[in-house]
Amino acid sequence: MDNSKKLSTLVNTIKPSGIRKFFDVAKQVEGAISLGVGEPDFDTPWHIREAAIYAIETGKTTYTENAGLLELREEICKYQERRFGLTYDPQNEALVTVGGSEAIDTCFRAILNPGDEVIVPMPSYVAYEPAVILAGGVCKHLELTSEHEFKITKEMLLSCISDKTKAILLNYPSNPTGGTMSKQDYAELVPIIKEHELIVISDEIYADLIYEGKHTSLACFDEIKEQVIIISGCSKAFAMTGWRLGYILGNKTFIQAITKIHQYTIMCAPIMSQYAAIEGFKSGENNVEEMRIAYKGRRNFIVEGFNKLGLNTHMPKGAFYIFPDIRSTGLTSEQFCEELLKDQKVACVPGTAFGEAGEGFIRVSYAYSIDEIKIALDRIENFLNKRK
Amino acid sequence: MNDMELLSFLETNARYETKDLAVILQTDEKEVLDKLAAFEKDKIICGYHTIINWDKTHNEKVTSIIYVDAIPQRDSGYDAIARKIYNYPEVESMYLTSGKSDFILTVHGKTMKEIANFIATKLACIDGVTSTSTLFVLQTYKYNGVIMCEEEKPNERLLITP
Repeated sequence: MDNSKKLSTLVNTIKPSGIRKFFDVAKQVEGAISLGVGEPDFDTPWHIREAAIYAIETGKTTYTENAGLLELREEICKYQERRFGLTYDPQNEALVTVGGSEAIDTCFRAILNPGDEVIVPMPSYVAYEPAVILAGGVCKHLELTSEHEFKITKEMLLSCISDKTKAILLNYPSNPTGGTMSKQDYAELVPIIKEHELIVISDEIYADLIYEGKHTSLACFDEIKEQVIIISGCSKAFAMTGWRLGYILGNKTFIQAITKIHQYTIMCAPIMSQYAAIEGFKSGENNVEEMRIAYKGRRNFIVEGFNKLGLNTHMPKGAFYIFPDIRSTGLTSEQFCEELLKDQKVACVPGTAFGEAGEGFIRVSYAYSIDEIKIALDRIENFLNKRK
Repeated sequence: MNDMELLSFLETNARYETKDLAVILQTDEKEVLDKLAAFEKDKIICGYHTIINWDKTHNEKVTSIIYVDAIPQRDSGYDAIARKIYNYPEVESMYLTSGKSDFILTVHGKTMKEIANFIATKLACIDGVTSTSTLFVLQTYKYNGVIMCEEEKPNERLLITP
């Protein structure tokens, strides 16, 4: 039997992740140093790890409510109110998920019917488009540009709306560009979102890593709050990527529908991760601030470094990525990354791994120490000098 | 430039070059140098010391923690007697504390005998010192925020992740 012919047509339409492809290349190169990692280099703070250890020691090893421990949902809601001024009811408007990834998947599955269009700004995090397709939806790409600092303008949004448009995906601060949207930027979009009754799925996993000003969520606009579903989690704020602890906040109707999928496919997030997260939300804000200051210094250092090398790089206001423009080298994104890896053993991610709109750019993470960044910059300089 | 950010970067790594600090803090090198000079003058920055794990060297070194009780003086309280103690170079650090003892000192020496000699012939003889109690350090686990007893763990992050 040819098993490949037995696969789902939908799954067959999905391309393998460009990141995966490049990872396979990079892992063959011995001694490579990487600027390609999308996770913090900090350890999860000890008091958070200790809370999980204590949970295990005291026998907290059972399932929890599908929506997650009520104490955790309460702490999530208090945290969101304290830091971003958003109010949600922990009983009905919050759901704990297995990382932001499950949240992305279940949100689309809960709202999409076959053929519904979702506006996905590009370049974007690799999971959004497959999640839309797997839920039966159709992606409508909204092309972001470095000239607009990777923000969405009302003209861009209007040009993507059709009578089939059901939702828009937002991810600010952004992976891969580090772009952010201010309250004024969002204010321009609000009337359009309201008029066209768009559901907004807002992935705000990097909300705590903002270096100028404060993070704004579209949910702070009362007139469309009911249309906004927020996705977030502990991975980036508390350096908890491996704990797989995310959450969704939104209107009761959406949360109930998403919980239906979650209860049958996941049951609940791991209880020990939930107890660790409670500790993070209760007592982890100092850790967030320490990491934020460290990232900010690294950002300043790496942006200056790339610009000095002649690779035009805008100063991102959030997340821990820069998105340098490599078009001046005459190479494609993939060529640049492959040749840099072969020649100088530095791994970056081609912009095209985040969609065709990423052509001409590379994603560089600064979740590394200043010393590591310095070494990488020296090697990139060698690479560019050799090409002159 | 944020002064507290400058201090916290230096606290974690005193070897940052000033030109790098200027970039990190989005200012120019002159401002960093001026600020460092002002911090040094005001004794906000009191030194750029190195944290050494002496246990890993061949250099024999003994550390002791000494609790000291003293009688405060009418005009100067504990300060005058403290000065008589902290001026000894053997005293690495000294605190006035609440609780059972008045002062806590850390004192280094080459041998236990050398520290015992310092206590018997210098510290305990100071006017106003009424008692001492000495604990010898058997192992340093953590010093100045640095864990001394564990090897650096390997980096387990994947080379590339989304």
